[in-house]
Amino acid sequence: MSAEGTNYINCEKGIWSWLTTLDHKRIALMYMAAVMVFFFCGGTAAMLIRAQLWTPSNTFFNDNTYNQIMTYHGAIMVFMVIIPGIPAIFGNFFLPLHIGAKDVAFPRLNLASWYVFMFGAILAVSTLFTSKVDTGWTFYAPYSLKTSTAVVSMVLAAFIMGMSSILTGLNFIATTHKLRAPGMSMMRIPLFVWAIYSTAILQVLATPVLGITLLLIVAERVLGVGIFDPKLGGDPVLFQHFFWFYSHPAVYIMILPAMGIISEVITAFSRKTIFGYTAIAMSSLGIAAVSFFVWGHHMYVSGQSEIAAIVFSFITMLVGVPTAIKMFNWLATLYGGSIQFRTPMLYAFGFLFVFAIGGVTGIMLATVGLDVHLHDTYFVIAHFHYTMVGGTLMALMAGFFYWLPKMFGKMYDETLGIISWLFVFIGFNVTFFPQFILGQNGMNRRYGSYHPAYQSLNQISSVGGFMIAFGFIVALIAIVKCVLKGPPAPANPWGAKTLEWTVSSPPPHHNFDVEPIVTGGPYEYR
Amino acid sequence: MAQNHGSHNSANGAHDKAHNSHEGGHFVVPFKTLRNVAIALLCLTVLTVGTAQLHLGWAAAPIAFLIAFIKAMLVMAYFMGLKFDSVLNRVIFATSFIFLAVFYFFSALDVFTRIKEISTL
Amino acid sequence: MSTDKHQVGDHKHHFAHHFRDAMHEFLTTKEGIWLFMVTEVMMFGGLFVGYFIMHSNYPGMFAEGASHLDWRMGAFNTIVLILSSWTMALGIHFIQTGKRNQATAALIFTIFCGIIFMCVKFFEYKAKFDHGLLPGNFFHAHEFEHANLPMYFGFYFCMTGLHGTHVLIGMGLITWVLIRHLKGEFDGEYYTPVEGVGLFWHIVDLIWIFLFPLLYLVG
Repeated sequence: MSAEGTNYINCEKGIWSWLTTLDHKRIALMYMAAVMVFFFCGGTAAMLIRAQLWTPSNTFFNDNTYNQIMTYHGAIMVFMVIIPGIPAIFGNFFLPLHIGAKDVAFPRLNLASWYVFMFGAILAVSTLFTSKVDTGWTFYAPYSLKTSTAVVSMVLAAFIMGMSSILTGLNFIATTHKLRAPGMSMMRIPLFVWAIYSTAILQVLATPVLGITLLLIVAERVLGVGIFDPKLGGDPVLFQHFFWFYSHPAVYIMILPAMGIISEVITAFSRKTIFGYTAIAMSSLGIAAVSFFVWGHHMYVSGQSEIAAIVFSFITMLVGVPTAIKMFNWLATLYGGSIQFRTPMLYAFGFLFVFAIGGVTGIMLATVGLDVHLHDTYFVIAHFHYTMVGGTLMALMAGFFYWLPKMFGKMYDETLGIISWLFVFIGFNVTFFPQFILGQNGMNRRYGSYHPAYQSLNQISSVGGFMIAFGFIVALIAIVKCVLKGPPAPANPWGAKTLEWTVSSPPPHHNFDVEPIVTGGPYEYR
Repeated sequence: MAQNHGSHNSANGAHDKAHNSHEGGHFVVPFKTLRNVAIALLCLTVLTVGTAQLHLGWAAAPIAFLIAFIKAMLVMAYFMGLKFDSVLNRVIFATSFIFLAVFYFFSALDVFTRIKEISTL
Repeated sequence: MSTDKHQVGDHKHHFAHHFRDAMHEFLTTKEGIWLFMVTEVMMFGGLFVGYFIMHSNYPGMFAEGASHLDWRMGAFNTIVLILSSWTMALGIHFIQTGKRNQATAALIFTIFCGIIFMCVKFFEYKAKFDHGLLPGNFFHAHEFEHANLPMYFGFYFCMTGLHGTHVLIGMGLITWVLIRHLKGEFDGEYYTPVEGVGLFWHIVDLIWIFLFPLLYLVG
């Protein structure tokens, strides 16, 4: 039994108790601290990009340096922020709580995952001090096999971080299968758990292929294996098959957990049970499954055969279906609900608006004929930023403000929250909407300079970039202020129905004093 | 009331060596079974090598893989105990081969439907 | 908590607090290991996919490369690994049935097989080194027909090298459980680490079952 007032934060003190913790909640916070630091690193790179693109010529950096900046922006954001992000922070913290468990299936493996992640991250950052990589985060052959920059260290770092992702996914699958409380059938788990579970399947199935791809880059550079090298009859396009077989499911690793958060927030702040629980749950699995069949849509103009391109294009259209099912179910949940316009809900609304745009532009890019024109332009950049930043990052923010009271037992400052949302949401659209137009008009991605005709839209975009930065800094202030001196939060400030709200804020070390016995669904509002 | 997973707790599993086959409890694969599987594997290895000596041309590869597949099935079913394990573990492991096949199929689809053009220059 | 009166083992295994009982922990751990096996299949499988595609592109070159491999050493190693897989399974069987000394012998024999496998591998690699049959950058053989033969040896060394690394890791893991077994930590009720290590070792065997015909026989 927990003594009065003890929780997972104050039950043990000292940094060593954190570094050796087996408590999934503490591990979640350790991931949170790391990911936040990496986000600001990747964000700094983004600000450098937007500063560079203020004028058409090489304003601050030459082409080589720009290649490095855009590589680190992508690599840090992808491997060190968005892929680990929601699963490692909120999945770790809330998956056991949501299913009524005391911890994840393998707590020591969980801690190991964090150390492995940190080791990989430090190795990646170290390349900034040796020889900065300039290949883009996609490491395409043949350039990645030839460039004299620290590619080997960087891909090994990605390999190591991939291992962390695999171990986390493995842990979450076993946890979801085996540690549910009595009465918590698979059709009674919260939709966040369905999302994390589907993501975990992707992590386990897809990431190893990235692993072997990265090892093959090393083998090519060090040994000259030849599989991707035309000089020996190898095929650079085969590299792209290897790379995207993981990296397309990876983008669903990025978005599925975000959608899980949206399900939770929309339900809680509409005070209404979610519309179409089964449809949303099954659509998470459906998206995960279909995501393995579409990777060639990244390769329409790479030299892939036309037949393959058509097949991939057709299947890619299909993935819009489960995604749309979610969107409509969320809207139907809002309808007739009693809506609370608190910060988490504002971010959720932002998500709905922005992800819709991201999603439909994805369908546009899935069309081979359009993509031939739009590939490698700013249209693509706008599309994936709408889904990843507008989608995942906004959902991450929604999750933060929704769950901060639970995680720290303190309430956040609503005014700061709203200000952060205003600048992030408006700034986001100001930054990225013009990029659709820039891309449509032919501006290339990954270029540090451009034709002067593109300047005005680029400047609008850069202004937006600085608005986003301001919004995130305000959010950071809100979070820090909450953690340090927010007013005490009750166990259930939102009146939500999932199991984490039945325990104290912050939760006790072992989550539940008494193992919950579940007799109904997760969202029984009325 | 809370602990009602009676068929899978340890009081049952301790003495039910032969009867937990559908839940993967402490199933003991009999000594004779293991021995027979080992012999079968060795024989199949001899068969693999033997058929390779016959130089069957295009049929050599499919036959070699068929035999390898049978050997793999035996190792998975008996040495790794999947035959006596839960359906879930079988599904989990089978899934990896299915998606590996997807990876190969679509990559091959591209590589083998490319139109090789001869330069006119 | 387990209340059985089974005679094997004079201690009860303490299971982690978030599990209902030892069986719950065992089943969960086993599932976790199978999930890990999925990742091994996908990782090695990627190499197989690359091999299949390149082999289809260059059948003659791959046949030439394979002609430099000694199928007898490959077959011998296959037999060694199959035997080791058998003794690994026996090791678990004996621990489950309380035959501790036989379990010890089985585990030791498994490690021994691993050593034999790596020795044969060493001689095979040495032969390649001596003839200059090395991957891409290091290839310096004389008298060969296909210009991109170095690619074959790129595949050969990557696939057998990754496999060999797993053999070494497996031997280390088996040594670890052997030591714990000798300390009396396992019995018919608790042998989860041995089960896990066993599954890993069988995967190593499984991969070789496909690698052998692929590299040595089909070419």
